[in-house]
Amino acid sequence: MQAPINNGYGSPQNGALARRVSLAAAIVRRKTRWGEWLVERGIFLVSLSAILMIFLIFIFVGREALPVAMGRTNNSRAQKPIAVSEIPKLSQQKLAAYLGVPAADLKTFDFDTLKQLVELKGQELQEIANPDARFNTTSWSMMLEPYRWHGYDKAEYIWQPVSEIPKFNMIPLIIGSLKATLVALLLSIPLGVGAAIYVSQLAKPVLREIIKPTIELLSGIPSVVLGFFALIVLASGMQAVFGYESRLNAFVAGVALGLTVIPIVFTISEDALSSVPKAYTQAALALGASPWKAAWQVVLPAAVPGVFAACVLGFGRAIGETMVVLMASGNASIVSASVFDSCRTLTASIAAELAEVVFGGDHYRILFLLGALLFTVTFVTNLAGDVVVHRLKQQLEGKH
Amino acid sequence: MPLRRKKTDWQSFGFTAATGLMTASIVAMVFIILGNLAWNGAAQMSLHFVFGGTKEGMFDAAKAGVFPMIFGTVALVVLMTIGVLPVGVITAIYLSEYARSTSAVTRVIRGAINNLAGVPSIVFGLFGLGFFVQFLGGGIDKVFCGGQLTYGKPALVWAAATMAVLTLPVVIVATEEALRAVPKGLREGSMALGATKLETILKIVLPQALPGVITGAILAVGRGAGEVAPIMFTGAAYYLAHLPGHLSDQFMNLGYHVFVLSTQSPDIERTKPILFGTVLVLLVLTFLLNAAGVIVRSRIRARARQTHG
Repeated sequence: MQAPINNGYGSPQNGALARRVSLAAAIVRRKTRWGEWLVERGIFLVSLSAILMIFLIFIFVGREALPVAMGRTNNSRAQKPIAVSEIPKLSQQKLAAYLGVPAADLKTFDFDTLKQLVELKGQELQEIANPDARFNTTSWSMMLEPYRWHGYDKAEYIWQPVSEIPKFNMIPLIIGSLKATLVALLLSIPLGVGAAIYVSQLAKPVLREIIKPTIELLSGIPSVVLGFFALIVLASGMQAVFGYESRLNAFVAGVALGLTVIPIVFTISEDALSSVPKAYTQAALALGASPWKAAWQVVLPAAVPGVFAACVLGFGRAIGETMVVLMASGNASIVSASVFDSCRTLTASIAAELAEVVFGGDHYRILFLLGALLFTVTFVTNLAGDVVVHRLKQQLEGKH
Repeated sequence: MPLRRKKTDWQSFGFTAATGLMTASIVAMVFIILGNLAWNGAAQMSLHFVFGGTKEGMFDAAKAGVFPMIFGTVALVVLMTIGVLPVGVITAIYLSEYARSTSAVTRVIRGAINNLAGVPSIVFGLFGLGFFVQFLGGGIDKVFCGGQLTYGKPALVWAAATMAVLTLPVVIVATEEALRAVPKGLREGSMALGATKLETILKIVLPQALPGVITGAILAVGRGAGEVAPIMFTGAAYYLAHLPGHLSDQFMNLGYHVFVLSTQSPDIERTKPILFGTVLVLLVLTFLLNAAGVIVRSRIRARARQTHG
């Protein structure tokens, strides 16, 4: 788009002038302005900060999640009790690991203290009657596969990070996120794309100038306000209409989530639809098509990549939204197919639990792992949406 | 032809009506939500509510005030703007004035900006905790504060830094749009008179694009004032007796207050008026800013259409 500005002389018509101009240019060029050169380098370096930030997010969220992701954590509490007579035979490291004290401290203990500690540990191990204690619940298989826990009738997916045996199965959270997102997309894609078709193809220009900013204003409402609205007003109203059991559920959260997604779907689809060349519509109308047929059968197919990108980016927004689902979804980590059951999403789990975990503990690291998962999912959807939008733009710029 | 026209095209009518209804329903939702919140919130509005503190009673609708939250929110967005504006504007200058649109570096920068705009806000919260609070703050404590816990905990400055990263794409996109709307002739004229490229940008292009830069800042502030998830772990506090006086203090925040009060209140019916009032204050802050930004932006777009045909 931008013409090269650094050579602002145009093309001189006669040869003498051309020589003079190029001479002048050479004189000007030769004087290198070091100050400007430095500033321009600086501008370039600062412009890389967006890349740096993406990189840092990747590193610093990943860093905390890495030990769990690599399977280097182990919260299994089942150990063979060590008899007091075996103490002299064991290495310092093994003993320290068994007792759970730093090796440096161990050296300061005399033999009697050591003996007492080992006896206490033996008693403690005997007291743990729950057979599930022997599992490492932070392993990938325990985080993804169902298991029949002690006292349960059948194998289940359970997210219960604060209990005697912490259970970190992510499946209920993933299902919760997908349920709320599905409801949100089912509401926002038809509404958003329909409104985009109307505003870009069928509405009168005056109406368009009013409607567009109004829908864009919806994206200016903070998500905590929409969450509050869903929690206080929407939840009671919808329960009265639909008569389901739990007041806060995936459906209420999904509807409120849809409100945050509508502006995205609308804006991107509208952009895609209105950048389809006017000649398409005019040709269709000239061939006798009605305005709606031109919009539906000519303009919409031409804008399909953009509309698809709108849906993909809407999905990314919905799955990453936090405050709305935290306030309106009920936050119970149940595995069920019904959208009228309360659900707990990935984002809500992080928001609700991170404040209360031990820094550097298993639970803390698993919450960061959930964050890394979210980041990866949105990164991929954004990249896909970005590629589609970019191609569309190039295509259209070529046509104009 | 005239005969055909008279026959009503039901299909066409139905389609237009359906899409029109969809549009109308979205617009209606916007008005219902805003109307409901404004109506309920207006009942709680009073000078005491806006300028009063929480000392006399946080859950009592007659005595509670939201001034500490307003103060915290304003402090947060001011610090955030100081952080984000220079970086955002300089990046936009590079993208619009220097970058070749076909080069790989430009593609990667644009991709990173788009991606940054799509990162979930809660991930920004995790990032702020991992990078700013623990890595940077912990590092500063170790080096400058002799291991004393000063910056290595949630603080106003870290919340503002996290929010600055979150709003970076908003500022870049708005500024770049404004820079591109400046007519090419102005640049060429300036260069023809002997100004260097940098002089042209600083003295001709940037002043012309100032409304756009301000729009970017306004939109960023509107966004920053409303986001809650990124500051939950990086600096917002549930209750503080004093206003924050130092960068390393925690702060109260309107959005966080709405969240806390609506999910952890002992008696939701009694706190409802306070909640509606707080929401209205928050909306007035973020929403008016956003509305102003959207209006200025649409003017700039209209001007860009005129100058570029």
